[in-house]
Amino acid sequence: MTKIEVTVDGERYADDVEPRMLLVHYLRERLGKTGTVVGCDTSNCGACTIHVDGKSVKSCNMLAVQADGHEVTTVEGLATDGELHPVQKAFHECHALQCGYCTPGMIMQSIDLLNDNPNPSEEEIRLGLEGNLCRCTGYHNIVKAVQAAATSGGAR
Amino acid sequence: MTSTQERPADAVESEIGKSRRRKEDQRLITGRTRWTDNIQLTGMLHLAMVRSPYAHARITAIDTSEAKTAPNVVTVLTGADVSDDQGTLITAWPITTDQKSPAHPPMAVDRVAFAGEVVAVVAARSAAEARDAAELVDVDYEELPAALDLKQAAEADADHGVLAHPDLGTNKAAFWQLDSAAQGSGGSVDEAIATARADGIVIEREYRQQRLIPAFMEPRSVVVDPTGEQITVWSATQIPHIVRFALAATTGVPESKIRVIAPDVGGGFGGKLQITPEEWIAFCVARRLGRPVKHTETRSESLMAGHHGRDQWQKLTLAATKEGRVTALKVDLLADMGAYAALVGTGVPVLGAWMFNSIYKFDAYQFNLTPVYTNKTWVDAYRGAGRPEATYAIERLMEELAAEVGKDPLEVRALSWIKHEEFPFTTVAGMTYDSGNYEAATAKAKEMFGYDELRAEQKRRRESNDPVQLGIGVSTFTEMCGLAPSRILGQLNYAAGGWDHADIRMLATGKVEVVTGTSPHGQGHETAWSQIVADRLGVPFEDVEVLHGDTQVSYHGMDTYGSRSLVVGAEAVVRAADKVIEKAKPFAAHLLEASVDDLEFTGGRFTVRGTDKDLGIQDVALAAFTGHNLPDGAEPSIDASASFDPENFSFPHGTHLCAVEIDTETGGVKMRKYVCVDDVGTIVNPMIVEGQVHGGLVQGIAQALFEEAVHDESGTLVSASFVDYLVPTAADLISFETGHTTSPSTYTKLGTKGVGEAGTIASTPAVVNAIVDAIRHFGVNDVQMPCTPARIWKAIHDQGGGGGEPTPGDAMPHFDEQDVADRTAGADDGGAR
Repeated sequence: MTKIEVTVDGERYADDVEPRMLLVHYLRERLGKTGTVVGCDTSNCGACTIHVDGKSVKSCNMLAVQADGHEVTTVEGLATDGELHPVQKAFHECHALQCGYCTPGMIMQSIDLLNDNPNPSEEEIRLGLEGNLCRCTGYHNIVKAVQAAATSGGAR
Repeated sequence: MTSTQERPADAVESEIGKSRRRKEDQRLITGRTRWTDNIQLTGMLHLAMVRSPYAHARITAIDTSEAKTAPNVVTVLTGADVSDDQGTLITAWPITTDQKSPAHPPMAVDRVAFAGEVVAVVAARSAAEARDAAELVDVDYEELPAALDLKQAAEADADHGVLAHPDLGTNKAAFWQLDSAAQGSGGSVDEAIATARADGIVIEREYRQQRLIPAFMEPRSVVVDPTGEQITVWSATQIPHIVRFALAATTGVPESKIRVIAPDVGGGFGGKLQITPEEWIAFCVARRLGRPVKHTETRSESLMAGHHGRDQWQKLTLAATKEGRVTALKVDLLADMGAYAALVGTGVPVLGAWMFNSIYKFDAYQFNLTPVYTNKTWVDAYRGAGRPEATYAIERLMEELAAEVGKDPLEVRALSWIKHEEFPFTTVAGMTYDSGNYEAATAKAKEMFGYDELRAEQKRRRESNDPVQLGIGVSTFTEMCGLAPSRILGQLNYAAGGWDHADIRMLATGKVEVVTGTSPHGQGHETAWSQIVADRLGVPFEDVEVLHGDTQVSYHGMDTYGSRSLVVGAEAVVRAADKVIEKAKPFAAHLLEASVDDLEFTGGRFTVRGTDKDLGIQDVALAAFTGHNLPDGAEPSIDASASFDPENFSFPHGTHLCAVEIDTETGGVKMRKYVCVDDVGTIVNPMIVEGQVHGGLVQGIAQALFEEAVHDESGTLVSASFVDYLVPTAADLISFETGHTTSPSTYTKLGTKGVGEAGTIASTPAVVNAIVDAIRHFGVNDVQMPCTPARIWKAIHDQGGGGGEPTPGDAMPHFDEQDVADRTAGADDGGAR
């Protein structure tokens, strides 16, 4: 067991974890942060995407011990004082989700994309979301949502 | 006759037709979702499956002793250990009364029939410990020859070739035929083809429907809690009601003692229309141990052991007049069922029987189906289920016919399609289409697409020998949705009905609970059903709560698949709402001191004609709740239930147009434009409908360009991860242009036709037709799916095309010409012809 201290969605946690435990399993099983989900075993689908120190990371691709001393944000930590993040709002407004399983990762990646490039072209959005799979929407409305969030100040 | 409808201007206030933002979204975008894998119960154990690495083998011994002593392992069970109480998996749709269906124990007992079949299960305190211990289970196999090639499997018998299940004596499950002459819906197909051979056109082709994987994003998960009076099963399933029925029917546990809950479910596409070994095994282990258990599959397990879709060889003979009017079609299908007869596996290709003739009028038609067992993952419904396969075949053939007669593919289709004034129309397959307007959808699509301009550009590129050639693909499709009239299902030997059920509960506080027997997993029923009930009862959209996916709440239902929810399930909701109004009416009359005959109901209020007296239906609900002042002898409730059994299928249709650019030097495909005009009948929520179309299109496009489940020569699935199974990404796709025409279904009050499968059914042939159209002048008339750059390049260059001398050196500078030809041939399994 290894001791870690990590801040998740603004709260500090100290835990003993198995060195082999993936960050996504730590979030889900130890902290109950079940908004972040697992969709594959090969880091292809991006459903587990979170932010570590403000940058998007596939949390199935990182060990919990590697998060020691870092700040993690999940989809559950985006809304502030009940106010949704502009990207969350845009996903709702543009119907950018159906079953919603890819949505937490897709939202976290979209925010990262907009942080890097506040005014992306359609092609830049498509390339920026290449690491996140969605089986329901055909990406059409996801692209629209990112465009809508960009114009409403999605990056922050 | 069918004319398309525009909604009248005064309908603006109606909830029907509004793009309401979804009620479901709030929890999904904030991560407050209830996926099955989120469930943690006190004392819960985790299961890991031990799976066969062999496609076909006898189990000679299983040593579980080491696994049993691993840390925190509670039990390890093999198929032999539980052969008395694990129940059995059943098919609901043996297509003939003498269909051969191999026994399918959830855990194999003495023989495995595909790589991925479960042979043992470990229960441990954590998922990681269960998986560690599963590695320690030592299974001895005696490998048997495996039947892997569909055509070879169809030829095999007890004396020759390899049998997937030797005790069946054959790999053929059944033979099923629809013949227009025999059933009296048309002439003799052989005569019509002979006539065309003498004086007309006969086109013969063989098309491959490759094997696909549904690849829903949420891996399947099941939790079983045997504590308490009922055994509770949470499952990531499309079909909680069918799972409950089948568990009861095959395990001996009374149906009333089983509660199945499908909480939030992350996609299905037919892939979760299954009763699964993992559900049965979890049920068995939980009952044995008396403790809650959970099994969540890995993605590799999901791709390997969850059922696959499509996988057919289609031999087709189309007969036409010299002018290009179709006179007959003969279809010979081999359909790979994989190792077992899945829930509706053998029935899936049967659904195509009424769809190969599509929107066209033929004189004669014959459909011959042979489902075949192989030692591969079992095959069942995948979005479209039988209808995409049929639509692909006929729409590819119509393109070939157009090329043969030298006419525009849309013109050739118009020679044979059912004209809008001919509805209702009984087809050569014997199905009666109630409404549609193919002319209107096609005209609109052509205009949106800029069809004539793109044809002109195509001509310019051809003439200038442009290395990038433009192709235009057409798909005018129909589908049969709203599964299904129970009477017809009975005739087809299906084990259940096709009705659905709804309850409406008028709560004292004015809120309305709607219970639906359908079970959504991304389709937005909570929103659309709320709109329908708000519209019908005149209550605020926000006051309606839609409940589903729990057999204790929704005790009757047939669940969600086959574009049926809005057509069948929501129609039951409408009929229940109408009953609520009828029950409320005498209460309102009593409270308003008026005659029932003088009451009108509009906008949620009962008004007395000629007076200003009125009463809201939510006030009537409160009066029913208190019961203080009701008519003498009245039952104090205005709640109502309704079951609806459709009398016919619904027939959405549409015209899809696709433009692709092919780099003839590399075989690369770039989608340039995709336009579709779909007629799905009345539209309840345009935003949701568009979303269904977009997602459907991409699954169909993915079949055309990217996806294929590939097994190696020993029967191992090599595309068993998202590294190798190419679900397209955002970067692989473009934005789409969608439009609608509306000819409502005539069989329902709502007039909806279903939209879940339309995009998938239509788009595959549109894309492949575009690819073939781009390179037909090189002598190419087919490219096998998925149309990879290697296959397209090979198709062009096998015909000596590619803009004069092939210049592969320019396209792939790292290899010399011979190398490239060898590598391309090696990467290809002879698909391009």
